[in-house]
Amino acid sequence: MEKFVRREGLVAPMDRANVDTDAIIPKQYLKSIKRTGFGPNLFDAWRYLDHGEPGMDHSKRRVNPDFVLNQPRYRGATILLARENFGCGSSREHAPWALLQYGFQAVIAPSFADIFYNNSLKNGLLLIRLDAKIVDQLFRETLASEGYRLAVDLESQTVATPGGQSFRFDIDSFAKHCLLNGLDEIGLTLEHADKIKAFEAKHRERQPWLFS
Amino acid sequence: MSALTLYDKLWDSHLVHQEADGTALIYIDRHLVHEVTSPQAYEGLKLAGRKPWRVDSVVATADHNTPTKDWDKGIRDPVSRLQVETLDANIREFGAKAYFPFLDRQQGIVHVIGPEQGATLPGMTLVCGDSHTSTHGALGCLAFGIGTSEVEHVLATQCMMMKKAKSMRIVVDGQLGRGISAKDIILAIIGKIGTAGGTGYAIEYAGSAVSALSMEGRMTLCNMSIEAGARAGMVAVDEKTIEYVRGRPLAPEGAMWDKAVAYWRTLASDPGASFDKVVTLNGSEIRPQVTWGTSPQMVTTIDGKVPDPAKETDPVMREWMERALRYMDLKPDTPITEIRLDKIFIGACTNSRIEDLRVAAQVVEGKRVAPSIKLAMVVPGSGLVKRQAEKEGLDKIFTAAGFEWRQPGCSMCLGMNDDQLSPGERCASTSNRNFEGRQGPGGRTHLVSPAMAAAAAIAGHFVDVRTFS
Repeated sequence: MEKFVRREGLVAPMDRANVDTDAIIPKQYLKSIKRTGFGPNLFDAWRYLDHGEPGMDHSKRRVNPDFVLNQPRYRGATILLARENFGCGSSREHAPWALLQYGFQAVIAPSFADIFYNNSLKNGLLLIRLDAKIVDQLFRETLASEGYRLAVDLESQTVATPGGQSFRFDIDSFAKHCLLNGLDEIGLTLEHADKIKAFEAKHRERQPWLFS
Repeated sequence: MSALTLYDKLWDSHLVHQEADGTALIYIDRHLVHEVTSPQAYEGLKLAGRKPWRVDSVVATADHNTPTKDWDKGIRDPVSRLQVETLDANIREFGAKAYFPFLDRQQGIVHVIGPEQGATLPGMTLVCGDSHTSTHGALGCLAFGIGTSEVEHVLATQCMMMKKAKSMRIVVDGQLGRGISAKDIILAIIGKIGTAGGTGYAIEYAGSAVSALSMEGRMTLCNMSIEAGARAGMVAVDEKTIEYVRGRPLAPEGAMWDKAVAYWRTLASDPGASFDKVVTLNGSEIRPQVTWGTSPQMVTTIDGKVPDPAKETDPVMREWMERALRYMDLKPDTPITEIRLDKIFIGACTNSRIEDLRVAAQVVEGKRVAPSIKLAMVVPGSGLVKRQAEKEGLDKIFTAAGFEWRQPGCSMCLGMNDDQLSPGERCASTSNRNFEGRQGPGGRTHLVSPAMAAAAAIAGHFVDVRTFS
């Protein structure tokens, strides 16, 4: 995956809590056997006024002018600002794929669902947990000034506002290392192949019925 | 040696390696595969020139896209058909311990197949590209849902790279009232702790009401752990677990069986083991649950009412509730018993096993589905469940009452196949999610137990199954 070191971009606010993965990418799009092509269908049911199915020309569909991401001031946004429990629901990795392929590079929220969090980081979509009060402030600032941008620095684990404030976020050091260096998780794990084989041999002795 | 929880024991016995920050490599015993979350994983394997680390850990089936009727006509949607055929091709190329493809007599929902085939065994670590994998924790396993990249990772390395979760124990003591089931317990739990209450935790369910549940009841309980935010949910092994596993196709036999059982009997939390969080519920106070909104935590009891968002003080929560009521077309303070339904769905990995069907059949026997109901259907969880139900005559009870008796599959749980709600239709469903559009665009889902769905089918609206006759 691409390295994530420092990113700066336009912020789009999604002022709803508990945004679930069915909303992020509806199930008809899970029929795809590819990893790509999900950008046009991010938040599909909220973004368009008509119903979508895979294979349609989504550029011809009726766009919902009231949906936040369709508003001109948020066009080109690369940072999504959200509320509690963003990404709850299913394990579909299509959710972070859709966010990335739409153009988002990071999501900031007070909390994320577990499976969505892991899936996102593995794909280079940086999820940033900030205190609810700070997220409130960022919502206010985003709404108050058109063209509001934030700068994310993974090395220092900070989010910087145009006003000069800097907020620190936590992230596991191993996950950070992989993102900073764009590392392939499978390649990394296979460096431990000998350990896995050794464990397997012992495991087979202890619980032989698992290997028949 | 300190007292260990069941989660500790399952984690420790599979730990291959750990980084300084706690990121660990956990060995995976069983990898369940279905057609939706595996295509890109197998493709990734091919592109990298890798082969599966351990083919005999894989058990696969097609369930999300498959139709539940007209099997002789195959899968009509070409996109769905391609996805199912892609799984066929991948299993042909890469292999599996067992594969139950579309049209196979033993095909079914992956979380029904696993335990019934003996593919799920106590003490295992088990993963699947589906969040309801938590179901298998009922057998004393560490079972959880994974994303497609993790599916590829497990195929290539037989391991998961993950951090240990915190531990939560949910204790439900007391005797369940008449007509109250595992589905009501888990909905009550989610109502209490919320859809993020279990985030960051692995949940162990304990207490006399949990041990009194059958294995299928425990599966229903564990199935919806993810709806409380917990990736994994589990129940300690006891004699019920052992009797359930005995004789299943992939279960050990002979001397291996005896060895396995001796180990399985250690799979419970030690007395005095401590948990990061403990939640308690009084089982005898649980009433039939019905969700009213667009999240499993938006739930109340059959004798309750649709809440009034105006009474909610948190503005974000209030807006969420208002949005839900608009979507569900419900007015505040409406008694649940006044909610009328268009369709009834008895099925899904939460509640489609033989005991669920028996309970529903008991409620509807000799009665008729209300004329206002457009469609009532029963979708058994697997070919084996279907045949068992037919042996017991349950199918005839359902069809005589006006239900459609279908072939196995995920069906209307998530609308990836032909079984969907039309916009605005309201459904009493034994599935696990009531998000906007879950069962079909604009579809309105109310989650309930099989008994409650069956009673609603007859009455045409929600009724209290405890007094329904």
